[in-house]
Amino acid sequence: MNRFSYLRATSIDEAMREAAADPTARFIAGGTNLIDLMKYNVERPTRLIDITRLPLNGIEETESGGLRLGALVTNDETAFDSRIQDRYPLLASAIQAGASPQLRNAATTGGNLLQRTRCYYFYDPETPCNKREPGTGCPAAFGRNRIHAILGTSDHCIATHPSDMAVAMAALQAIVHVRGPGGERAIPIADFHRLPGEHPEIDNTMLHGEIITSVELPPDGFSRNYTYLKLRDRLSYAFALVSVAAALRMENGTIAQARLALGGVAHKPWRDPAAEAMLQGQPATEDRFRAVADHILKDARGYQDNAFKIDLARRAIVTALSQAASGTPQSQIDKRIQ
Amino acid sequence: MLQEKGYIGTPRNRVDGRAKVTGEAKYAAEFDAPDLAYGIVVSSAIAKGRIASIDADAALAVPGVLQVFTHENRPRTAWFDINFRDETAPPGSPFRPLYDDKVVYSGQPVALVVAESFEIAAYAASLVRIAYEPETHMTDLDIQRDEAYVPPRKRTGVKRPPSPRGDPDGAFEQAPVKVHGEYRVAIEHHNPMETHASTVVYEEDGTLTIHDKTQGSQNSQSYVSSVFGLSSDQVRVISPFVGGAFGSGLRPQYQLFLAVMAALELKRSVRVVLTRDQMFTFGYRPLTIQTISLGANPDGKLVSIMHDAIQTTSPWEDYQEVVVNWSNLLYHCDNVKLTYRLSQVDTYTPIDMRAPGAALGVTAIETAMDELAYAAGIDPVELRLRNYAEMDEADKKYFTSKELRACYQLGAERFGWARRNPEPRSMREGRELIGWGMASGVWEAIMQRVAARAALTPDDRLEVASATADIGTGTYTILTQIAAETLGLPMESVTTKIGDSSLPKSPVEGGSWTAASAGSAVQKACLSVREQLFKYARRMDDSPLANASIEQVTFAGGRIHMTNDPSAGVTLQQAMQAGGVDRVEAEEKSSMGLLKNMRYSGYSHSAIFAEVRVDEELGVVRVTRIVNAVAAGTILNPKTARSQILGGVVFGIGMALEEESMLDHNLGRFMNHNLAEYHVPVNADVYDIDVIFVSEHEERLNPLGVKGLGEIGVIGTAAAIGNAIYHATGKRIRDYPITIDKLLG
Amino acid sequence: MNASRKGSSKLETVPVTLTVNGETKRLEVLPWTILLDLLRDHLKLSGTKKGCDHGQCGACTVLVDGRRLNSCMAFAVMKDGAQITTVEGLARNGDLHPLQQAFIDHDAFQCGYCTPGQICSGVGLIEEGRAHTRDEIREYMSGNICRCGAYTNIVDAIEQVIGADAEAGR
Repeated sequence: MNRFSYLRATSIDEAMREAAADPTARFIAGGTNLIDLMKYNVERPTRLIDITRLPLNGIEETESGGLRLGALVTNDETAFDSRIQDRYPLLASAIQAGASPQLRNAATTGGNLLQRTRCYYFYDPETPCNKREPGTGCPAAFGRNRIHAILGTSDHCIATHPSDMAVAMAALQAIVHVRGPGGERAIPIADFHRLPGEHPEIDNTMLHGEIITSVELPPDGFSRNYTYLKLRDRLSYAFALVSVAAALRMENGTIAQARLALGGVAHKPWRDPAAEAMLQGQPATEDRFRAVADHILKDARGYQDNAFKIDLARRAIVTALSQAASGTPQSQIDKRIQ
Repeated sequence: MLQEKGYIGTPRNRVDGRAKVTGEAKYAAEFDAPDLAYGIVVSSAIAKGRIASIDADAALAVPGVLQVFTHENRPRTAWFDINFRDETAPPGSPFRPLYDDKVVYSGQPVALVVAESFEIAAYAASLVRIAYEPETHMTDLDIQRDEAYVPPRKRTGVKRPPSPRGDPDGAFEQAPVKVHGEYRVAIEHHNPMETHASTVVYEEDGTLTIHDKTQGSQNSQSYVSSVFGLSSDQVRVISPFVGGAFGSGLRPQYQLFLAVMAALELKRSVRVVLTRDQMFTFGYRPLTIQTISLGANPDGKLVSIMHDAIQTTSPWEDYQEVVVNWSNLLYHCDNVKLTYRLSQVDTYTPIDMRAPGAALGVTAIETAMDELAYAAGIDPVELRLRNYAEMDEADKKYFTSKELRACYQLGAERFGWARRNPEPRSMREGRELIGWGMASGVWEAIMQRVAARAALTPDDRLEVASATADIGTGTYTILTQIAAETLGLPMESVTTKIGDSSLPKSPVEGGSWTAASAGSAVQKACLSVREQLFKYARRMDDSPLANASIEQVTFAGGRIHMTNDPSAGVTLQQAMQAGGVDRVEAEEKSSMGLLKNMRYSGYSHSAIFAEVRVDEELGVVRVTRIVNAVAAGTILNPKTARSQILGGVVFGIGMALEEESMLDHNLGRFMNHNLAEYHVPVNADVYDIDVIFVSEHEERLNPLGVKGLGEIGVIGTAAAIGNAIYHATGKRIRDYPITIDKLLG
Repeated sequence: MNASRKGSSKLETVPVTLTVNGETKRLEVLPWTILLDLLRDHLKLSGTKKGCDHGQCGACTVLVDGRRLNSCMAFAVMKDGAQITTVEGLARNGDLHPLQQAFIDHDAFQCGYCTPGQICSGVGLIEEGRAHTRDEIREYMSGNICRCGAYTNIVDAIEQVIGADAEAGR
């Protein structure tokens, strides 16, 4: 644990101003990931700006008929909010699939989006890691990589993004609202997280000093035909090996619109618009689902321990699309696959 | 002789329950001391090589930092290996923390930062910079297996495999039914919920009172005394509560050494608590590659058993456990070859973990037996009955008792085994394939010499004491029951003291021997107190017991009375007055049952039945039902005993499906060193577990008839689950844990 | 600024006020003092346990403003002004909380180390009112690891208290 100075911000402007003044300052809210990483000396901010008292904690209707989640709304509040459960059950389900009740009581919307990878090497400062220390190498690619990525990897990093919430938000095409020294920006979630490329140390497209203020959920919540299917190494309280958020709009037995996002397989929630287009106007058949899965995974690359994820992801996509099409979403309580 | 209606054998709440549910129970890191300093361990980054330099300047400059201990400035300690060898040490040269600049495994403690507070120590530790000169390491057993050797020196208390009998190779060659395979169980770490910790209280007179997380307060005490050259009355180790251990507390771990070293050097109290990650930097259940060949006749009768195991150990100690012997203890066979070898890898020495050896060996043989059942077309339970071992064939001894047949029968009945269609993939419900599998379990019933003291005082308070431990096993409760019953007092009148090196001598708590050994010692001490009281009672003027023998009286309700006439009696207090004493005390030792050792073998047994539901498409496994039927002699407290078995089964679920410490051989380092990535079962993983205690009359091992329960619950559980998965899916996975990738592969 | 230069400077503390089990506590702590360590080391309330220190086991669970949280994942200063209930604060006038008694009656623990966290988590779960079935209790108690494997007994204990509450119309 490194030493830091502490500031309890009383306004968004103050928080931004303080952050801008110190390149090593970090915002902190739920703390469930930042404190975790600070205890491992992976994160070493010298100044922490506590944003928990800022007015960013409501769930509000938007003019377009969607909902706006304040950045500080906890995962628990979101998952059990009746509006979310009615209109965005995919999001509620995904959040319930993640972490534990205690962590969901602390973790916030903004923090969840910003959580960092669970890569063993990233978490262990005694080992090399390009994400933690650029240029030191990626031992995961030649080491233990059961939990690592199969899509969008680079020679520099094969880490995954660990969030469940963000996967559902990707399928829902949420918009991340940020404020910073340069003003406000609305970032489509697809553009929020990035692939590792040559700079795995950069997780997302936010700039220093910017603060997430809210996440906007567009009006269409796909509340009839959806599922969040998470596969992991035990039945609860574990990160995803592979997860699939599937959202369909069915019209007369055919798929009018499809959204599909994968977790646990890439450096960001993985979307493939071309694959989604393959479903549009099609009947919901397993053959079609398989073709879509094959398309999504055509460039997938497995490593020593995680090659199984390619097959697992293929199967999970087919199952998830079937669940969504038939309106039988995966329960996060009953561990039978629906 | 004893009260007919007593406490032994009845379900009782834990006597330490209230302390545990209110937070009053204090564990090693929770004892306070004036001016307590906090130590944080810095662990090595490399697996092998030397420390080129340590830069502790920045850490030392932090206000409140007291010292940074390294090999360069550590105080002198004892020189000889013998001084570092604790009572459970395997043959070899024990690891010495901060000994020199050599790094011999990844995660090795290389510095201890001590400061006025935990927060300061944590910050300062982050500033210590260490440079290494790495050397080539080797952690891969698949490469090292070719270097396997038979350990030249046997580990005390661990039986070597018996010499081969008959012609196992020839018999296998000619056997009409054969099974041959390689079986693996991944490396596991104990991961008790409490991490290892020592609070060393530096008393005003310079003596040490140590609160250590240990399964043996006297083991820790003698280690500290001999390593630091202190006389035994200068060191006292007290550990009334231990937050689980499962074997990790059998040896003094390095935080004890470091905390004592710092306390002596700084002349003040020091606490060192390991982090969860550091729980992966000492002993573990070793990786074991087992090869089994079973030959049988068409009727399933075994004609050849060959079982070989290669296990990892460290370069400095020959850790050993009993892996292969169980195969012939469970099954009769005339041609048997059991072999056991070690191979050195650059990790810490393994350490006994719940059912050491048996949890591995029985998992392998019971998986192989299931394969044989299919190869021969015989029901798995029937196959085991046909090969039932009536005696310990290796030692040519009869069993003291063995109700394994009843375990099979009662377990199968409760489970509904008779309804099983043997065909794999024959049961399905929706997407899920359902499988039923079973396995056997066996563990040695061990007696150790334990001393206990019983003391009765005038307020009818009875105190019993022994240096043994309760790591969640229920020792406090069963000793209280035994004492209360023996002297006819309510349990509330009994205080049980354990976990203190100043109490009567006891070896470490482990091996499932504590209930039998400490229980027998307490019973014996209480019987001595009984006899003295009875003697006093007879001496009383007009004693109604004057002409009675001790066999004719009953101790009940704080009185001694004629069994056939409860009105004729005296109170314990009257007896003490008559004796002119205000304290009746006795100390006794449990006997080792030498007769037994010469003529009989003592083992506990079990039969485990498991139901799994497997999502065929996605490889998700749910263990929806377990029935574990256990024969372990007398069950002192069915409530806490059941919990022991439940816990063993949950451990077995972990072994079957989840637990695996993953080594990166390039770095020589365990990489998933935390509870997020080293998966142990959570609540959602555990459905119904049904425990049956099979009635078993046992009179040879000890007067209580106790065999012990700490290990037997885990043994066989993983195999039963693996066999159920085969029944469900038709896939035979010989490499535990059975994770999604293996099921889809 | 580099680390060694900072290392030699004075360590600044921050004030924090917490209400712990009904008592107001005012402390001066280093900013990186974790709520769990504040309870255990500074206030000597060692009932709350450190199992992993990383939000991976639940042993440190306490109730903060009525909700269950991992106290290992919170800087104490950030909880300034909060109401905190630990296992030491559950019994009233020596009478155990019904869930504490149910844990004893169902033998819902062995070593006892995860127990305070299990009980605080269970109290939080009962308060949330979302768990009605054994499946739900299992899932909503999965943030509390018990290495001794007392899970089925823990579910029994919680189920009993939920059932009693339902009967009493609470």
